[in-house]
Amino acid sequence: MLMPLSRIAVVVAVVALAGCSSESGPPPAARSGTDSRPATLGIVATAEAADKPEPKPAAEATKAFGDTLVEASIGNVSSLIPNITSDAPSHEVGDLMYSGLISLGKNLEVEPELAKSWSFSKDCLTLDFQLREGVRWHDGKPFTADDVVFTWEATMNPKTPSPYKSDFQDVEKVEKTGPLSVRVIYKRPYAKALVSWGVTILPKHLLESYVAAGKIKEAPQNWTAPVGTGPYKFKEMKSGEKIVFVANTDYYKGRPAISRIVYRVIPSQATIFLEVKAQGVDVANLTALQYRRQTEYPAFVSAYNKYRYPGAGYTYFGFNLKDPRFSDRRVRQALAHAINKKELLEGVVLGLGREATGPFRPGFWANNPNVKGIGYDPKRAAELLAEAGWKRNDKGMLAKDGKPFTFELLTNQGNDERKKVAEIIQASLREQGIGVEIRILEWATLLKEHIKKRSFEAIVLGWGTGSDPDQFVVWHSSQSGPDDLNHISYANPEVDKLLEAGRSACTQAERVKFYHRLHEVLAEDQPVVFLYWRDALPTVASRVHGIAPGPAGIKWNFTDWFVPKQLQRYTAG
Amino acid sequence: MLAYALRRLLLAVPLLLGITFISFMVIHLAPGDPVEIQSGDMAERNIREAYKALREMYGLDKPLYEQYWNWLSRIVRLDFGRSFAPDGRPVLTKISERLPITLLLNVVEMLIILALAVPIGVLSATRQYSNFDKVTTIFVFLGFATPDFWLALLLMILFGVQLGWLPISGLRSLNWEYLTFWGQQLDFLSHLVLPVLVATFGGMAGFSRYMRQSMLEVVRQDYIQTARAKGLAERVVVGKHALRNAMLPIITILGLSLPGLIGGSVIVEWIFAIPGMGQLMVQAAFERDYPVLMGNLVIVSTLTLFANLAADLAYSLVDPRIRVSRRRR
Repeated sequence: MLMPLSRIAVVVAVVALAGCSSESGPPPAARSGTDSRPATLGIVATAEAADKPEPKPAAEATKAFGDTLVEASIGNVSSLIPNITSDAPSHEVGDLMYSGLISLGKNLEVEPELAKSWSFSKDCLTLDFQLREGVRWHDGKPFTADDVVFTWEATMNPKTPSPYKSDFQDVEKVEKTGPLSVRVIYKRPYAKALVSWGVTILPKHLLESYVAAGKIKEAPQNWTAPVGTGPYKFKEMKSGEKIVFVANTDYYKGRPAISRIVYRVIPSQATIFLEVKAQGVDVANLTALQYRRQTEYPAFVSAYNKYRYPGAGYTYFGFNLKDPRFSDRRVRQALAHAINKKELLEGVVLGLGREATGPFRPGFWANNPNVKGIGYDPKRAAELLAEAGWKRNDKGMLAKDGKPFTFELLTNQGNDERKKVAEIIQASLREQGIGVEIRILEWATLLKEHIKKRSFEAIVLGWGTGSDPDQFVVWHSSQSGPDDLNHISYANPEVDKLLEAGRSACTQAERVKFYHRLHEVLAEDQPVVFLYWRDALPTVASRVHGIAPGPAGIKWNFTDWFVPKQLQRYTAG
Repeated sequence: MLAYALRRLLLAVPLLLGITFISFMVIHLAPGDPVEIQSGDMAERNIREAYKALREMYGLDKPLYEQYWNWLSRIVRLDFGRSFAPDGRPVLTKISERLPITLLLNVVEMLIILALAVPIGVLSATRQYSNFDKVTTIFVFLGFATPDFWLALLLMILFGVQLGWLPISGLRSLNWEYLTFWGQQLDFLSHLVLPVLVATFGGMAGFSRYMRQSMLEVVRQDYIQTARAKGLAERVVVGKHALRNAMLPIITILGLSLPGLIGGSVIVEWIFAIPGMGQLMVQAAFERDYPVLMGNLVIVSTLTLFANLAADLAYSLVDPRIRVSRRRR
């Protein structure tokens, strides 16, 4: 499950300095500058112990109801039906109000949510769900299998503008096999099947007529009165200002302890940080600089806890493999050797990340821990380039057949990290005698005019990874059409076979072999230079107890967070 | 004069048509379209067929001039259509949600700037090259050169974090609903102090320099010499005779800045988390939300044309020379 990292990059880690700032202006706000897949399939962490300072010992850890949690949201919520939008703020609030059939637990294991159990058929083509009893929508109506079938139909309806149709493209049919049981039939074995049902389930009784008329956006559900089965109910929204949620006392997993959640819309990362310092916001994501250097003073340390866990996105230095210079593997490996990844990590994210050796998160089951990255070795880089026929000309640049080795490096505007990465690459390659010109473009233009038309030489971009390792759409040779995601035009028959095998097996034990081998092949072949995985750096007010960081991050048990009675701050309501 | 006004009004219609047509075309020149951007411009191949249906729904598959015609035929009925964004709300609703706060901020800023710029300009002109003149010149240019967001952040740190006197961002405190009526007003005002301060500091330069320049020209005129020769007090010469003449260009500028009142300052809104027009439009531009962009365009162009006309009429009312010269023609 993939998402273009450019979108979540703006929300997760715009490296901005408060005060004398190199702010890159208002963020490219397509969907308010934050776009990513649903949180349940999204930000996921590794199995390594999350690197964090010890949170304050829970003085009286008796769970108490009450208090309000104030969060900051960089973007505006664009819709209260997460299924028709792909921006992160809409999904974050969507996860409060709605539930999926399954969700992801602390270690990224699949947990029952609206479905209490499930089973695959032997040929992996059929998936049966038994749904939980006694679940009610926020308006009191009972949740049934009809709602699940409806959600699928609504998503696939051609008049519904949903970015998630691709999740269900291999679904042949979804049918109700009982009032509380559903059967999903797939056209071919679909390894992501289970995880894709973390999608938010919608109420049939409220949306049916709107979806049929192609007017889902006009339903009150979309803006004024969303009804879900989730732990929080919608209270009010002032567009561009705040959204307020109250605890759902009938939630099937028990009433969440924190009574109210308020999302304040604050588009500037710098302002969010100032609000955190002034304790106007309880939960926020920090940038690397803020984490390292600006939050070490006593007042902050006592009022907030900081957490750190590996994020789900990696940044890479990619090539257009149709370009004869880059189609030579030795050149790619040389370029990889020429870049000092440790320095890159220090310079770009102040060391708050880890080197990437392949497309899988370190610690994720698909990641092959034995694969070593391509280390910094400028001598080896020079050797490889010489082998590939590049010699220094009289200007000191590398050249072949009279043409010097220079190329244009593209990346998208609004992302300070990528800009720094591009500059470091430029400097590193200059030492090898390669000239790099950096060009920064607005996202939509970059995508349409260069990426899709394959009119680029090299790029610095990122991929977000989800909870499923399938990356068919990125690496398979069949996926290099103009609208496909294999925009580097990679074609490796062994990789193709591994991708196909990985996606058709449906047990983890089988799949892990393929993905480990895939990781080895990609690391050797370097179709892109894998650079680093950035860490997520959330901070939460210290009065909040119950946070248990794990590979899935900190929000996986959000409904268990509480504030002891004597520490509660906002007591109205 | 009535004939003149009528003629201008009639001319406005083809002008508006031209403006909207050209802008419509130009807006659509930007690569990417709302369907792709919203539905995931990086989705898999076989899903993209679904986009065809969506494009039909929005009318994006038709040729541009046909789309323009459809849009125009709705606009003349004052139907601004619905936004292409996932919230799908009527364009007018989205704009009217954001317009009041932008207007309020801009009007307050303009009033403060006028109140400060006119005296500064006048005094600078009458005391040309004095210390006052030098100091205020440096001051206003400093304001002009300082980046808004940087100044905003500094002020936020000082007044918000360190002193705690003013709120840092937003329009209202979280407990706004629980405050008394006057408490609410005070709370709202306190949220406006910093944004207005930042905007004003940046905007001072323009008006004050215009005022100063205009005053300098007027003060050199013969009739000022005459007034002094008549023995009038300097205060009257400057305050009554010179000032009135010097204000004329300011009226024009004021008229021209009227349409700008509804365009929010994106930077100030962004930094202070104010839900205004600036942010709405920037977002619409990135999302290729054509109905919202065109809706805003129509409102602003209409306002501009009317404001121009009003400024011209006001000018001719205020300046007898224009009135007379027109009649002679």
